[in-house]
Amino acid sequence: MGELDLAQLWSPIRLTIELAFITTILLLIFGTPIAWWLARSKARWKEAVATVVAMPLVLPPTVLGFYLLLMLGPNGPGGWIAGLYGARTLAFTFTGLVIGSVLYSMPFVVQPIRNAFEAFGDRPLEVAATLRASPWDAFWSVAVPLARPGFLTGAILGFAHTIGEFGVILMIGGNIPGQTKVLSVAIYDYVETQHWTEAHILAGGMVVFSFAVILATMMLGRRYGQQGR
Amino acid sequence: MTVRPAEISTAFSGDLGSFSLDVTFDMPMRGITALFGPSGCGKTTILRCMAGLQQLPGRFIIGDEVWQDSAKGVFIRTHARPLGYVFQEASLFQHLSVRQNLLYGAKRAGNAPTSDALDFDAIVELLGIGHLLERSPVALSGGERQRVSVGRALLSRPRILLMDEPLSALDRMTKEEILPYFERLHESLALPIVYVSHDISEVARLADTLVLLDKGRVLASGPLAVLQTDPSLPLVAAPDAAVMLEGRVASIDEEYALTHFAVPGGTLVVPGRQGELGTERRLRIAASDVSFTLTAASDTTILNCLPARIVSIDGAGNEAQVNIIAALGTDGAGARIAARITRKSQTTLGLASGTPVFAQIKSVALMR
Repeated sequence: MGELDLAQLWSPIRLTIELAFITTILLLIFGTPIAWWLARSKARWKEAVATVVAMPLVLPPTVLGFYLLLMLGPNGPGGWIAGLYGARTLAFTFTGLVIGSVLYSMPFVVQPIRNAFEAFGDRPLEVAATLRASPWDAFWSVAVPLARPGFLTGAILGFAHTIGEFGVILMIGGNIPGQTKVLSVAIYDYVETQHWTEAHILAGGMVVFSFAVILATMMLGRRYGQQGR
Repeated sequence: MTVRPAEISTAFSGDLGSFSLDVTFDMPMRGITALFGPSGCGKTTILRCMAGLQQLPGRFIIGDEVWQDSAKGVFIRTHARPLGYVFQEASLFQHLSVRQNLLYGAKRAGNAPTSDALDFDAIVELLGIGHLLERSPVALSGGERQRVSVGRALLSRPRILLMDEPLSALDRMTKEEILPYFERLHESLALPIVYVSHDISEVARLADTLVLLDKGRVLASGPLAVLQTDPSLPLVAAPDAAVMLEGRVASIDEEYALTHFAVPGGTLVVPGRQGELGTERRLRIAASDVSFTLTAASDTTILNCLPARIVSIDGAGNEAQVNIIAALGTDGAGARIAARITRKSQTTLGLASGTPVFAQIKSVALMR
């Protein structure tokens, strides 16, 4: 066991937070229209779409990781996209990690937002329409504010879940320091190489973090639950 | 039967599941038109179609504004129709304060032309909601919420106000508290109001025009008093049958504290001092409070004893009671009232269509 290298310890933390942050923002951007459509559409096949979105909840991360690896690799669509700017593959890159995380954490963001959209029903939107609000206007001025608890829960869960992911990342990201070596992988690494102190610091930090996230989610839920009545 | 100047033209027909709707009627541009009928008669569906919240083939034309004309492929979407809609439950936006709720439609309506140039303060005053402005809708009582939602609808500068059973979710006390506000709307606004209700007492108090609905069809439409005295309609035979008359204060008997109301074909006496000379009030005469004599009785405690003529008598051959429509005035040219008497009395007095009688009216209620 050598001297504690703080820079080496900090790098995966920074990378993880960056990844979780970008993933959460992308999920809010892409997940919201999906959640809206799932909540409001009367299409018969929408439950099929909902199922696809929810699949990562059940699939072993390695399975998802395996298919992602094929898609992101040189022979998949990811490789083709990478070719556009002269790279060979999206696998084992930060971009690849972001794509994987977005798919993997999607259900944790879409589900609460969809539930929130469904909870208030058609009525507030009908009211908005009778008050001259176009559908786009009503979405922003009525639907989004009313679904705010759902957005908060979704964002927190998406962020936290991305931070905790391991299997998918190991499959498609590997272990490149500063690029794809995120917290969970780093902990695994430290344990493998018997760097117990570093493993303790990171693992202990994760315990505290998880506790804070779940507590925050529950308290937000309670607060909005009371307000809604 | 046609209404005064028929300026709002409505026609919808189509199937909704097992329910079929097929209605055509006209409404005047002023006053309150009630869509009245039992639950499930389609009145709320008609209102939703007027608002464009639901789409059935037909047309809806207000004055020169065509909001829907399926024959020409015209259908204006709800948010582009200058209307106010009051839902059964108040449906205030929970994430906004009362003031922000009131201004939601106002901001979006801008300076759209309107029949009533009522500003924020006037409407807040009219509905008595000034003390609630900074509160959250969650903290309001049911009656307060419904008043705010009426104000919110009015502030969006509507050409027409559509109200879907706005009182049905409220208890009796709250209804009584809110009805005077609705009557004030009626007095101070020029805009037409379509009022959906299954409660005849609300309709009797508020409506000027009535559209009588049953099972997705129009039974009749026209001025309230005309429909209430039409023997071919179920209103006359209803247990709580009554007639509304518009009366004007003609004189006040200070000695006995009585008010004399002039109605077409006669004068009705109401206890108490009921307003200045010339004031218009709505009077209600229940069919069960009317009886007839062949000669003017002078030895009775009933004050209202008016010459009238029998217009029609109606009732199944073996039932105890008959429904009679009579017209006030010796010539029978005045207002019509409904009466319910026993068939035995009718036979004893030899009452028939055209018989000159005296109508004794035990009580006259002031509706507004």
